[in-house]
Amino acid sequence: MAHCPECEAEVSLQGLMIGEIVYCPDCNAELEVLNIDQPKVALAPQVEEDWGE
Amino acid sequence: MRLAILTSRIRVEEKILIEALQKRGVEYEIIDDGELLLDLAGADKRWSAVDAVLCRSVSQSRGLAVLHILEHWGLPTFNSAAVTTVCNDKLLTTLALLRENVPTPRTMLAFEAHTAVQGIERLGYPAVLKPVTGSWGRLLARVNDRDAAEAVLEHQETLGGYQHHIHYIQEYVAKPQRDIRAFVIGERVICAIYRSSAHWVTNTARGAITSNCPVTAELNDICVRAARAVGGGILAVDVLEDEERGFLVNEINATMEFRNSIAPTGVDIPNEMLDYVLSGVREEAVL
Repeated sequence: MAHCPECEAEVSLQGLMIGEIVYCPDCNAELEVLNIDQPKVALAPQVEEDWGE
Repeated sequence: MRLAILTSRIRVEEKILIEALQKRGVEYEIIDDGELLLDLAGADKRWSAVDAVLCRSVSQSRGLAVLHILEHWGLPTFNSAAVTTVCNDKLLTTLALLRENVPTPRTMLAFEAHTAVQGIERLGYPAVLKPVTGSWGRLLARVNDRDAAEAVLEHQETLGGYQHHIHYIQEYVAKPQRDIRAFVIGERVICAIYRSSAHWVTNTARGAITSNCPVTAELNDICVRAARAVGGGILAVDVLEDEERGFLVNEINATMEFRNSIAPTGVDIPNEMLDYVLSGVREEAVL
């Protein structure tokens, strides 16, 4: 389990990949998966002006 | 064959592509653009071990910068830096379409608010103001009268960066509460969807509903011509339907999202993309 940097809730990374976005089950913060082996997430970067298709 | 996929984050599209690569037994590597430190003098071991690169960066500026460097090093890229440059810029896209006589909405460009208002009024209200760069239907404005036009232009000039001081003004096309997104790979439209919304902005990122759009010969023809006009590759061509003029090509996307288009069309878009990339690399290897 990783811990949400915003509210410290436990976040399951089961079935996820590094770079995927997951939402904290408690505070709904948008989190980016940084590591699977040593479960770690960080607040996901905000959408930038140049993001898109 | 080892394919690198350049990403900013892993979305549904990237997961589907990875799954397809695994099923094919193709070696791949996911490269996060945020981690990159590129010595422009030459490719390091990581890049030297790669045969081709599929750009899936959600950051258009990062993706384009990396594509330029990879091509400088001689790596095949999908899409190419040249194609991506044109598609990332609405002005360049419009010019490419006009050059090849592909029907597109009438567009004007201005740099000062007062001349932009003149342009809007020459096109007639309502008109559409768009940033020349940007995606997902963000910062589009339909201006219905001079008051709205002046307000939006003032906001652009006061709050926006220099890119927002380039006023890209497009005629408003009274489309039938939907537009068409056609997926062009190489020389054919593999499938197309309608994007329907009660809102005048019909991007799926803004909540539009998708359904299958039959690919007629006419739709295939205009979309393939549009794709060729920007250099070709793996492209999503956005098309408006005008009652009098028929199809008008609105925009072209070089790093298309497709998660909402597989189910309604029944077309395996990620595998079509990979077929194109892998066969392209093999052909290049033979040459």
